[in-house]
Amino acid sequence: MPPAPLAPALLDQWHPISALEAVPQRRSAGTLLFGERVGYGRGPDGGVAVWRQAAPEVPLPALERYGYLWTSFGRPPDDLFAVPEYAEPDRVNVCAGSIGVNVSAPRAIENFLDMGHFPYVHTDILGAEPHTEVKDYDVAISNDGNEVLATRCRFWQPQAALTATEGLEVEYVYRVPHPYCSVLYKSSPTDVARMDVIAIFCQPTGEETVRAHLMLSMLDQENSLPALRRFQQMIFGQDRPILENQYPKRLPLDPRAETPIRADKSAIVYRRWLSTHGVNYGVIPQAA
Amino acid sequence: MTNLRAPAWHPVASSEDLPFRHVFHGQLLGQELAIWRADDGNVNVWENRCLHRGVRLSIGINEGAELKCQYHGWRYANRSAGCTYIPAHPADAPARRIANRTYPAVERHGLVWSAVGETPAFEDPLPDLDWLPLRPLPVDAPPEAVLGALLDARQADTPVDALPPLGATLILDGAEGRRAAFFVQPVDSARSVIRGLLEPGAGDPLGVLQRFNRILSALRDRVEAAALAAPAPVPMTPVYEPVSVELATMPDITIGRRATLRVAVAAKTDLAEGIVGFELAALAGHLPTFQPGAHIDVHLPNGLVRQYSITNGPGELLHYDIAVKREPASAGGSLALCDTVRVGDVLAISEPRNNFPLRRDATHTLLLAGGIGITPLLSMAKALHRSGLSFGLHAFARSPRHLPYNEPLAALGEGVATHFGLDPAGTERLLAELLQSPGFARHLYVCGPAPMLELTRRLAEAAGWPEEAVHFEYFRNDRVIEKGTSFTIELARSALTLGVPAGKSILEVLRDNGIEAPSSCEQGACGTCLTTVLDGIPDHQDVYLHGSERQSNRCMLTCVSRARTPRLVLDI
Repeated sequence: MPPAPLAPALLDQWHPISALEAVPQRRSAGTLLFGERVGYGRGPDGGVAVWRQAAPEVPLPALERYGYLWTSFGRPPDDLFAVPEYAEPDRVNVCAGSIGVNVSAPRAIENFLDMGHFPYVHTDILGAEPHTEVKDYDVAISNDGNEVLATRCRFWQPQAALTATEGLEVEYVYRVPHPYCSVLYKSSPTDVARMDVIAIFCQPTGEETVRAHLMLSMLDQENSLPALRRFQQMIFGQDRPILENQYPKRLPLDPRAETPIRADKSAIVYRRWLSTHGVNYGVIPQAA
Repeated sequence: MTNLRAPAWHPVASSEDLPFRHVFHGQLLGQELAIWRADDGNVNVWENRCLHRGVRLSIGINEGAELKCQYHGWRYANRSAGCTYIPAHPADAPARRIANRTYPAVERHGLVWSAVGETPAFEDPLPDLDWLPLRPLPVDAPPEAVLGALLDARQADTPVDALPPLGATLILDGAEGRRAAFFVQPVDSARSVIRGLLEPGAGDPLGVLQRFNRILSALRDRVEAAALAAPAPVPMTPVYEPVSVELATMPDITIGRRATLRVAVAAKTDLAEGIVGFELAALAGHLPTFQPGAHIDVHLPNGLVRQYSITNGPGELLHYDIAVKREPASAGGSLALCDTVRVGDVLAISEPRNNFPLRRDATHTLLLAGGIGITPLLSMAKALHRSGLSFGLHAFARSPRHLPYNEPLAALGEGVATHFGLDPAGTERLLAELLQSPGFARHLYVCGPAPMLELTRRLAEAAGWPEEAVHFEYFRNDRVIEKGTSFTIELARSALTLGVPAGKSILEVLRDNGIEAPSSCEQGACGTCLTTVLDGIPDHQDVYLHGSERQSNRCMLTCVSRARTPRLVLDI
């Protein structure tokens, strides 16, 4: 059975394929997007090119945003979703790693939105027993239906960030402005008025495989870039074995596939939002 | 050609695969299995998927009586696979019957047997024989091909006894005449495990095992080479059954005052002076999942219905243990049980219901029990003890002879203290000392006679315990219920307006009008009939609600409470 054509919500969308700092100069590199081979590289003039590695090669659109290179198989919008904090001059912006995981992109996003696993998966860092409660929070579809927004999320964390010295209740805001991308705002241990930004941009290399690109935009001026990267990669390294043991690997959109609880409100809305947008890759669609 | 999907039992693990507190990852006919032995010896074969978010349970933690999922710490009970605790919502009992999918399990001949799909009754393929299990041998080849190769490898002119669907007793060529039974476990369409049982016989045991290992390893190499040359069969598609509609949509399940279960009185023991213990056993299989603090309604031969707390530890589902205090002055519930009911009698009980749920997210849990009030707290202490959580259980009684469960209490370690024969002043002094400091994230549970509860609540409040950290359960409502008023109730969701006349409760009026409403004690003590009030001011007559819940006018117990306003709007 030939694969169904990609839904417009995915086809006419930007997808990340590499950290900009990893794009080779005057040479090319290859990767996978939706199971197809894609090449990319930076020419002598400094311009970036992306192409489909087929015969003949087909040029693809390219966009440089938030430290990553993005491309599309369809007709993408002029720009990507906004993360205005990225431009603030006093922030440290970091590409914190591109990590391959044997799971679908939506499962990785759903895990990113989830607070209930902190005490069990990120023990003594982002959570610790017995502080397991997920307090009530708000979820809404915002930005004309184009974004899932979870606000008033609070969780008790022993070491919320590298700069944290003791346990504190941390406030989170989650945005899902793209079927495979999520941006998280987290109260900063160093500046009470502003929030650190942590984003995950998922590159669907296949239906059940993903490269997760991590982006940080931190108010932390103390820690070195390698230390910030190491902390984020340690966190993601703890998530990875859980994600790779999830079955089915594609995210089931049928509400009866799994058992949600109140703490999963954001996941429920995210799954419904994927259904509404007709997302048909990396998911098990709801039976008609 | 063997129909692999035909209903049948297959071996899925060796007994040796299930050491203490381990979870074994098995597979049968494409379906992944989490196989684990509880501390009571029971072998569980479950679908290898937590039905919350699909994470494999084989990477979960075997806590001895419960399996804990690695992802969100959900606990599932031995035998039933029912969910007993959801850490993200520590104050709530999992109200809905969340249970993982289970498969049947029988342990025989050092092997664990199971079946997927429709299951016939288990029949021992080698009755009355005690044969030695061989090392299981995984083979990357279709199960039918593996069975075929085993049959082909037998010594010429020797008999074969088929052991359907995928087994045979035979003598392998080179086995020096030693018979063995082989079962091919159909892991998937192209993966198998040969599980053999060896007939007892003479000869050096190590040498015999090595010989069989050589023969079977050579056989594996042949079958795998042939399988590589043939086109690969399509892997079996695992079946992920959808959860029930009510689990997916998250409404609370209402359990009416119905006696849906039948149990047999398996034992009746004198637990203490005037206290009789009953072991209520399942008639077949196991009883439904309960959580610490839960109670059941027991329907008595004389028509009365009484509530008793389940005292069991986690994962103990073959029977519920309850304790009944003989109270000659009461309406006859306890007397009927203590004097009339005998071992072997069948009783009707409700499913377990929990209005006194135990949070497991406290830094320390203080349990205060007065007399027979030990019952729900014993179940809580067993759960806390098993999970290694910090707790202190203080049991108050007139004398050691008046305290039930001395032995189980002693098994709970240093957290348990008993206090005997204290006068009211002495009790108050000790309680004040125990309640000195609420500390950080500590929780208090108290169950006992009304004066002790009132005193404890007063002292806790004075010591600065937040109301939400103080959990209490009354035996009964000793208040005189005022039933003389009449008023109107509007049911918002049912779009009905009903009159409640003097002498009738709201609950009775609902029932009279065909509205199924959950209830249990029907005297304002247990909290089962708790209902949301949308408008109007209730006249609270219960002992279940906290002070602030009472003042909020947002909820009420419909079995005893009435209205201060002419009209109440209820969320029913």
